[in-house]
Formats: sequence, structure tokens, C-alpha cells
Amino acid sequence: METLDKPLTKNIRPDRAFATLADYESTGGYQGLRKTIAELQPKDVQQWVKDAGLRGRGGAGFSAGLKWSMVPMDANAPQTRYLIANADEMEPGTFKDRILIEQDPHQLIEGMIIAAYAIQANTAYIFLRNEYHLAKLRLAYALQEARSKGYLGEHILNSAFSLEIVLHTSAGRYICGEETALINVLEGKRATPRAKPPFPLVSGLWGKPTVVNNVETLCNVPHILHYGVEWYQGLARGADKGTKLFGASGRVKRPGLWELPMGTPIREIIEQHAGGMQGGYKLRGFLPGGASTDFLLPEHLDVAMDFDAVAKAGSRLGTGTIVVLDDQTCPVQMVLNLEQFFAQESCGWCTPCRDGLPWTVTLLKDIIAGQGRIEDLDTLSGLTRMLGPGNTFCALAPGAMEPLQSALKYFREDFEHYIVDQSVAMEPV
Amino acid sequence: MPRIEIDGQSYEVQGGDNLLSACLSLGLDLPYFCWHPAMGSAGACRQCAIIQYKDAEDKRGKLVMACMTPVADAMRISLDAEQARKFRSDNIELLMTNHPHDCPVCEEGGECHLQDMTVMSGHTFRRYRGLKRTHNNQDLGPFINHEMNRCIACYRCVRFYDEYAGGKDLQVLGMHNNVYFGRFEDGALENEFSGNLVEVCPTGVFTDKTFSAHYVRKWDLQSAPSICVHCGLGCNIAPGERYGELRRVINRYNGEINGYFLCDRGRFGYGFVNSPERIRKPQLNGRLDITTDTAESYFRSLLQTGEPTIGIGSPRASLEANFALRTLVGEENFFLGLEDTEHGLLNIIAELMRDGGIHSPSLREVEQADAVLILGEDVTHSAPRLALSLRQAARNASFELAGTLHVLPWQDAAVRNLDKQALTPVFIAGICATRLDDMATNTHYGSPEDIARLGFAIAHGLDQSAPAPAALSDAEQSLALAIAGSLKQAKRPLIVSGTGCASLAVIQAAYNVAKALPSVNKQLVFTAPECNSLGLAIMGGRHLQQAFERVGSGSAGSVIILENDLYRRASAQDVDLFLEAAAHVVVIDSLENKTTEHAELLLPAATFAESEGTLVNNEGRAQRYFPVYPATEPVRGSWQWLTAIIEDSQWQHHDALTTACANAFPDLAAIVQAAPGAGYTVKGCKIPRQPHRYSGRTAMHSNINVNEPAQPSDIETPFAFSMEGDTAHVPPALLPVIWAPGWNSNQAINKFQQEIGGHLHGGDAGVCLIEASGTMPWFSDIPSAFKPEQDQWHIMPLPHIFGTEELSLHSSPIVERLPAFCVLLNPLDSETLEVDSGDQVGICDLSGDLILKAPVQTELTLPRGLIGITAGLPAFQSLQNITQVTLKKVNQEGRL
Repeated sequence: METLDKPLTKNIRPDRAFATLADYESTGGYQGLRKTIAELQPKDVQQWVKDAGLRGRGGAGFSAGLKWSMVPMDANAPQTRYLIANADEMEPGTFKDRILIEQDPHQLIEGMIIAAYAIQANTAYIFLRNEYHLAKLRLAYALQEARSKGYLGEHILNSAFSLEIVLHTSAGRYICGEETALINVLEGKRATPRAKPPFPLVSGLWGKPTVVNNVETLCNVPHILHYGVEWYQGLARGADKGTKLFGASGRVKRPGLWELPMGTPIREIIEQHAGGMQGGYKLRGFLPGGASTDFLLPEHLDVAMDFDAVAKAGSRLGTGTIVVLDDQTCPVQMVLNLEQFFAQESCGWCTPCRDGLPWTVTLLKDIIAGQGRIEDLDTLSGLTRMLGPGNTFCALAPGAMEPLQSALKYFREDFEHYIVDQSVAMEPV
Repeated sequence: MPRIEIDGQSYEVQGGDNLLSACLSLGLDLPYFCWHPAMGSAGACRQCAIIQYKDAEDKRGKLVMACMTPVADAMRISLDAEQARKFRSDNIELLMTNHPHDCPVCEEGGECHLQDMTVMSGHTFRRYRGLKRTHNNQDLGPFINHEMNRCIACYRCVRFYDEYAGGKDLQVLGMHNNVYFGRFEDGALENEFSGNLVEVCPTGVFTDKTFSAHYVRKWDLQSAPSICVHCGLGCNIAPGERYGELRRVINRYNGEINGYFLCDRGRFGYGFVNSPERIRKPQLNGRLDITTDTAESYFRSLLQTGEPTIGIGSPRASLEANFALRTLVGEENFFLGLEDTEHGLLNIIAELMRDGGIHSPSLREVEQADAVLILGEDVTHSAPRLALSLRQAARNASFELAGTLHVLPWQDAAVRNLDKQALTPVFIAGICATRLDDMATNTHYGSPEDIARLGFAIAHGLDQSAPAPAALSDAEQSLALAIAGSLKQAKRPLIVSGTGCASLAVIQAAYNVAKALPSVNKQLVFTAPECNSLGLAIMGGRHLQQAFERVGSGSAGSVIILENDLYRRASAQDVDLFLEAAAHVVVIDSLENKTTEHAELLLPAATFAESEGTLVNNEGRAQRYFPVYPATEPVRGSWQWLTAIIEDSQWQHHDALTTACANAFPDLAAIVQAAPGAGYTVKGCKIPRQPHRYSGRTAMHSNINVNEPAQPSDIETPFAFSMEGDTAHVPPALLPVIWAPGWNSNQAINKFQQEIGGHLHGGDAGVCLIEASGTMPWFSDIPSAFKPEQDQWHIMPLPHIFGTEELSLHSSPIVERLPAFCVLLNPLDSETLEVDSGDQVGICDLSGDLILKAPVQTELTLPRGLIGITAGLPAFQSLQNITQVTLKKVNQEGRL
């Protein structure tokens, strides 16, 4: 069964046309939902997904089944619960959710219905990135198809379970991808994260228990229910389970996105699937999981793309989309580019992020303009610690510090070069 | 109580508290910006970072924000750890990347929380070389200056203004380090509590515009504890003086009343003290400035006319001044000087407070209510600070729900995220829409009769033995039952009413509801219009109309009017007649007004800022105010003018007068305890009004006179006009200014509280005079339903925070905010009259004679048959004591 190796992308076609309901059903679509509704209790669904070992694909890698099982569902708990699909994909270098939504929207919808069933939520939201216009059109179409076929709405497949999915397009801020900021935005408030505790699982959207899952996470769900836990676990090559969309961008021969088993070595992704470096360029380093992950070096090429393995190497799996740094691109300028993005996207709530990121940008600009001082590197290092995990209100600033702190570690000579020899000319990023 | 270990020392802390608040309660210093004791934690500024250790073995610990971390038994933390200190210092460095270096020319300098926290955190050396971001400032109206470049984005302003005070027009705009705290466009801040931004803002973004115009440093301001005179709540204030001018009013914490906040009338209404309309010298017949001696002997001579002298007291004068007048003229010749209806209402309120058996709550207690019924009172305009407390009470259901989710009360955003799901029952029955309607679960608008009828019906719904109104509509009946049902469930229900409707029935209905409530913790609060209305009612005296009759019948000689513009109390016609018929008119007052124009002898009275006295607030709490600076001779306290001419006066001093007053009235017996007397000293010294860094006393007037002036002496109070002495260990009633080492802003109050947000060390200032006991019978005089009459309208005087209160009308920033004088009219009524908003109508008496013309403003919620007119505005005086009028359209030629 060829398709079973690549469950997430089996309906994705080279011509970029999208799978209609009929297409989706023809490859086993909505079978997972039918089985769920017919045979399983919500608790069973939670257990299946927990047993399957599905970890959150948004970057944090939290067990999806465990998250669902933490939703208060006893008789005294609030009877209104919400599910939110986080489709605010704005991490620079990351475009995996976009492909999944644009080309196989029903996969997400089915995943959401099953997830909503697992936590007995009757309303779900898709929080979609502002710029994903095509995804919006296709999702809206697919939702209508699903409704007309009885997969959505009152009494789904003649069961007692009902669900409405609301498609909400963001006004466009990176911070909306942070689940509590996303919830604030859905409520019409500013895109500022919320303090935890209380966690959204206890008090989320409109103060009700709320589960927020990444699009890719949800897309895994129908297959786990359809094909079973064992099958799912068998897909992977490493410690983590299932498959994942891995990408590569930068000066590789074939930038792109591939569904590969969890645990695929990085070398295989860059050298085989992306075809290796373009002629005349050498690999200098890479961000393994998007803009907010630490640089790794060529010596890390044999690290498996698993949450724990990448963490052990000193970075994060993140979104699994690799950004490649070649030997003719200046890492300092690359980092400046990223820090400008993060400084711009800071919500402005907490001091270290709001005021620390712009200072980082100022320092990097000074350095590149030949006005840096050697002690600026200490200031930058200090900022990476100051803006580190636990010190800020949410994970934006710590994420922003990851490429900087690793660049200072691995490419310090590039920074020093600007400061010492002020006539450096590098190709701008 | 949990025990925690802080830097190796063990402490007991309040369970459920956060570490920041717990540390501050223990008297430790930990810097913060976004956290506010009344608003809880936000976690935004990251300034209160400390180290938390896992267990006894953990030597490294992890950095946590004290404000976001709940205390837990056996917890180990460090404030002193190097890592925490460095983080706090680095955090300040980040804040300073954009904060301008304009401290020397900033109004906040010297009492700036940001300065204090910067010094406390130890950041000194600036590494940032970049440009500072700049913003445009907005014109936010006459109260508040805006200097956004100073902003450190702590979010306190919007959290206070939008969330705590219910404002709508101040927002955070923009993002990242370009966040902007302002209005969508320039314009006066609309919320009635905007002035608190001055103190809520930790630096100089929002400053007091009235102070900024001629600011001085906190250490150069002379201060004394004082009481706000602009409504009946008795909020505690700390006025500051320099060069014989009152420069500002700031909050003086009282844990039972105002807590951390004042209303804008209280903060910005002080301008009357410096007004050019102040009476500075005794005058005879409006012209001749005479000496004090001449004035006194003339005054004495007027008392010898044969016929008894009558005295008219004042609800804006102290108990002592009123008592001195009452003693001078004799009980039978003493008239309270209240508008007659209000007089009756205050009498019944005082009686209910004494004998009604229902507790009259402080504002702190108001904030604990779990169900509220406001009957006929537009609290925002009649007792503004109470409205802010009611807004907090309205959140109690969400606090309760939060508790079930293990969310602690200080986790502010988390509690607020629940507010749509847990509504505290708040019912408002008013004449028309009020500023609190947005937090009400139900509103009902009607005439005073209908409001009273609803109240009687609620009482009957609660207790079948309470009399029920006849012929209630089905809608009113079911509303009354619904409200009764909600109130019955409540553990701490609160009924709010007052004199706003000028209706006895409304007050009686409010009492019936309160009486009918089953809860033992029920509360009934009445607002009182002026700063000593209740004190005057407790003292008791005759009606103003009786004074008119006395003079009219020729059986009175001289009339002494104490701090009272009678034209605000009775119709101009009656007052004119009265003043003309009186043989001699003596007026003691501080500001020129229509009554002072008729004075034969006019005596200049000191204001609250230059004299002492005792006031009784709406709750029955007696509080003392003290002169901030000496009155300039010949201006003196009213009580001094009066006691000076009492033959063989035994009251040489204010304390003796207070004691005599206390002895004369059992209900006022406790007023002597309101504050210690003039003999009180600390370590043998009087209490200094001037901070220990006060500068330039000998230089202040050296351009006029190089001789060192003698220090003015104050034999009436425990205070000296000096900087020598101790303010650190005085009882709260005598705390002139809030200041502690390292804490130069008003946030130093932390150091004076038993626990954060709690009572002050030594107990909050003031003494409660009456505690309700017994019970009163049901009131059963239920009015019949209001029926609009053809072509006739009832005038409803509506209070307004800016305009209704007399003294603040002499304060220019308040004058800038006065509402336009207009006639509120139901749209159906305006349709009948063929007028629309903006058109002029003529208000005529029932015989059709024009009284005045005014523009119409339609108001959907105002019942038909009523016209709403802002009370107290100058134009309103011609309508004083008129209840029914006809209206005529004014055509384009301006004719009726």
C-alpha cells in the first residue's frame, strides 16, 4: 500500500489542484471519522492518539492525546468546550500547513471533527493566516461540502454529536500563532498572550476549556483512527512516531517540502530530497526547524529529525522546515534579517521582548555598518540570556534569541570581522 | 498561614497571595511597575524578578516573576541573589533605552516611581547608543497632560482606565516598541476617574495638568491631611501648597473609603481655593474693606438689635462652624440651610441610619457586595467614587467563578476573561440612562414615583408582609420578582439610594427592600450631596422655609449666613424677599456668590485648605481636615469669626469647640476621636507639614523682604508649619504626606499598610458615629403611578459630576468640562412639540410665562412627561424649586 507511507500528502498532486470531497473519500477519507463515531467513545479517541505517540507539529512537541485527556470533562466541568485549529503559519521559512490546507482541506476538517469529538466540543475554529487567500477559498468550499454531506453540522453521521466549524482569518500578526494570543484575538482583543496558568485547557476561549492544535497535528488524526496505532507507530524511523512534513529552503538544488518518517536524518533531507547545495555553494549551517531555532552545523547532519534528538544537538525540531545557510551568505546579516522580523512582530507586552529585540537590531545594524564595538558582542550575548526562556511573557523572544545565540557561538568570527575590519563586503541576504 | 523562606529568613505570609504582594506586605523592597495593589498582576514589566528554589538542595534556582507566582508553604526564594539583581537591573536598562533623560524638567521628578525603581534596581550606566523612539502627544483635555515619550509601557493606564474604571476612550494602539497609550484622536478623556492616571502611571506620561502649569517638587510642597469637600463620601486627600497657592490634590489612602483612587471632581475641583473670586477682606455693604477689629465690633453690634438673630448653617461647613453658629444664635434660631425637600430626605436618611437596623457600608464593604440594587440614584454624578466601587462589586461573580477554576483574584486577566460568564446581579432603576448601565444585568427607567413603586414591589416580592404597590404593570411586576429573586440569593446584597430623585418614597422604598432582605450581611447605602450634609442632618435644625417665614413675619433681627449661597437652596424670589426683609445680613463665606452680594457685613472665610474642622460622610464617618497652609489675615476659619464674638466664649480653641459639639449631641459624641487634638506630639515635636527636604523657606519671599519671616504658628492642630519633626510614626489621621525611604511617589503607601491593599497601620482615619440598631416599621405610603399630563412636564434635576457641585464650579478645569445646558426630552415628547435635538424650546411656568430658553436634547431612556436638566449649572438657578412647567417651541425668529 504505497499511500500508507505518506498518509498526509497522499492526495497532494503536482498540479496543485485540490482534493474535493469525492477525491478525498476515494482514498479512504472520512473513514476514520466513521469508525470514530460508530465505534469509539471520546476517551477511546484520546487514548488512541496518545498511544500512537502523536506530538504537536507546531513546534512544541506536546503529546496531542495527552493534551485532549487533560480537558475537564466530568459532569461538573463547563459543558461548552472549544477546539481551535492553529493555521496561523507565520514562522519564516515554514510553509507546511499551507500545502496541507490548500491541497487537501478535508484532511484537516476530518481531523478537527475527530478531535472535537474526543473533547466533545460543538464549536471549532480554524484560525487562518491572513495571507493564505487560496487556503481560505478552498477551506470555505470544503467546509460547505462537508456540511452538505453530513460530516459537519447537527447530528454528524446521524450520531448524537454535532459540530460547527468557523473559519476565521487573522488580521496578520506572527504572535497570533501563540495559542493564548490567538484566543485573545478570536475574542476581539489585542494579540497579546495570556498568562498561564490558567491554561486554555481549563479556561480558554470565552473562559471555556479550549484545545488548540496545529494544522499538521490535526491532519495526522484521521489516519491514526483509520489505520490504527500500530500502523502509525510503524511509519517512523526514530523515537517519535508517524510521518512529518520536512522542508528545505536556501541555496539547495531543489528547495521543497516532503513527507518523511519522523527520525529521518537531516543529511537525507538536505542531500537527497533537496538535492544538496547549489553549485559553488557550501553548507555552512542551518536552522533545523524554522527561524526561531538554533543554528546547527554540517557536523550535525546525521542528527535524526526527532524532537529529542534535535534538542540534544542544541536546537529544536520546531516546524521541521530547514533553512540552509551557505558559505557565501553572511550569517550576521541573516540573523539581522530574522531579528528585524521578531522585533517587528513583538506584541509589545513584556519589557525584555518589546525593548530588547529593537536593541538587538540596533546593535546588529551598527556592527554591519562598521560602527560596532567589540563589547557589543557581550551586550548581544547578555541579551540572548536576558530574553531567554522563563524571562519573558511568552516564547517569542526566547525563540528569537535562538538563531542569535547560536550564531554568536558558531560564527563569532563573522561578527568580529565586521568590528575589526570595517571594510568587509558581504552579499546582502 | 504559609511560611516561606526569603533569603534565608523565615516569614509568615497570607495564603493565596502572590510573592510580590507578600514581600511588600512584609516591608521588603522589590521593584515593580505593572502590578498594582488594586488591579492585581499583569506580568508585563518583568521587574519583580526573583529566584525560586525547588527545594533545600537547589542552590541555583530559577528566575520567576514574583507578581505571577503564588505563595506556597515551605517555598524558598531569594530577592538578593545576584542573578535576580542583575536581571532587574538589566530590565531597567531596557526600559531606559527609550525613556528620555528629562527628569529635571519633568513634573514627576522627585516623586517618580520609575526613578525610585531605577535606583532600587541599581541600573546606572547606559550602554544603548541608538535613537530613542518618539511619539506625538495628545491633548487629553483640561485635566491630564500627555507626554508619551516617557512611556515604559507598563499597561497600567489602560488596565486602570478601561478595565478598572470602565472607560472606553483610552486604548493601547500600535505594537512592539511602538505601543501607544492614548485616544483615537485628541480630546478630553471621558471617564470620570481619569485623574487617577496621574498616580497609576509610574512615570511622567500622564501628569496633572493643573499642577504641571506651575509644578514644584514634592519636597517643596506643604501638605496636611484633608478631606475632599466635593461630595458626601469623604474621600481622603493630600493637598499640596507652595507660595500661598494650593497647587494640587492627590489621593491619600484610606483603606475603608477611597483606597487608591479619587474622582476627577475631587482631584481637579480645588481651583476655587485660589480663585480670584475669593473674599479676602471683611467688607461692609459690598465695598468698604474694613479691619478685623472693626468687622468684629460691627458684627457684635448687629447682634444687639433687640430681635433675635437667626443663623443659617451649611452642609459645606464643618460641624464646628455650624455648632458655633447654632450656639451663637441659639437652637431655636438655627436653620440648616438645606433645600427644603433635601432637608426632609436627609432627616429620614439619618433616622434610618440610626434606627433602621441595616448596616451602612464603607466603600470597601460596597466592593464586597454580591448583588446590587441601585434605586433612583445616578451614582456616577452624585457620589462618583462610589460608582467606581460599585464597578468592582460587579466583578464579584467572576472572582467566585475564578475560585472554582483555581484562578486567584490577583490573576487579573484570567479573572477578567471570565467576566462574561459570571454576572453579578446589578439592577439599576433610574430616571434615565446612567454611566453604570454597561455593568448592569438589568436597567429600568421611570419617574421617581415609578422607581419607588418598583422598590416597594421588590420589597413585597422578598417579604409578603411588606406593602405592595397597587396596579403595577405586568412587566414591572415580573421585573420586581426577578430582582427580588436575585437579591434573595445573595449573601451580601447591597441597596444603593439617595437624595438624587428628591423623592421621599424612593428612600422609603429602598429601606423596605433592605429590610425585606433575608441576608444578615445586607447593606444599605445612601449618598449625601455635600461634604457635611449628613453631619448637619445629625446635628438637626429648622428648615430654611421656616427662616423665611420668621423673617417675613418680622420676628427676627439680623441673619447670619454661614458658607451658604441661598440662591442654590430656594427660589430666587423667596431668597430675595428674605434678604430684603432681614434687618441685617451677615455672610461668612470664602467665595463671592449671589448671596454674598446681599451681605451688609461680609466676612472672609478660610477654605478647607486653610482651616480645620470635622465632616461627617454619607456613611456616618466623622473625619478631620487640617489647614494645609495658614489663611492670610484677615481671612480665618468661619468658626473663628463666630467664636470670636460669642460673649464669654469658653472656646478659645478648635479642640474645645469640637468637644463641646460632641457633648451637645449624643450621635456626635465620637467626633473627638476622629483625630488626635492639638496637644499631640511625636517625640515632643508637632508634626511637620513640610517634608524634611523642604527648600527655601527663608528665600521664598526674599524679592519682597529680606528679613527672615517668623514661622507661622499653629495652636489649633497637632501640625507645625515647619520641616522639623517626625512623620514616620503618626496615626493615619495625621499623615500629611505619603513618603518612605526609597519610595518617593505616592506608592510609598505600601510602607504604611498592615498588608498590601488593607488597612493602615494604626487603623484607617475617621470614626464611625452611628451603627444602625433596631428596626423601623414598613413604609407604606406608596405613590401612585406617574401619568404624564398633556402639555406639562415635571422637571427632574439631574446631577452631573461637573456642574452640580458648588465649589468646583469655581475651578477652571472643571468649568471647561461642564455639560452644555440643555433640556433632556423623550423623543416622543419632542415629536409632539415638533422639535429635535439642538432646537430651542422655551421653558414656561404653568401660566405660560417664559422662564428661560434652552436647547433640546432627546434622550430615549427618559420617561415621557419628564424633562431632565443638569442641576447646579448657573442657568438652572431660575428653575430652582419649580417642579412643573410647560414647553414651547422656539421658532426661527426666536419667538415662542
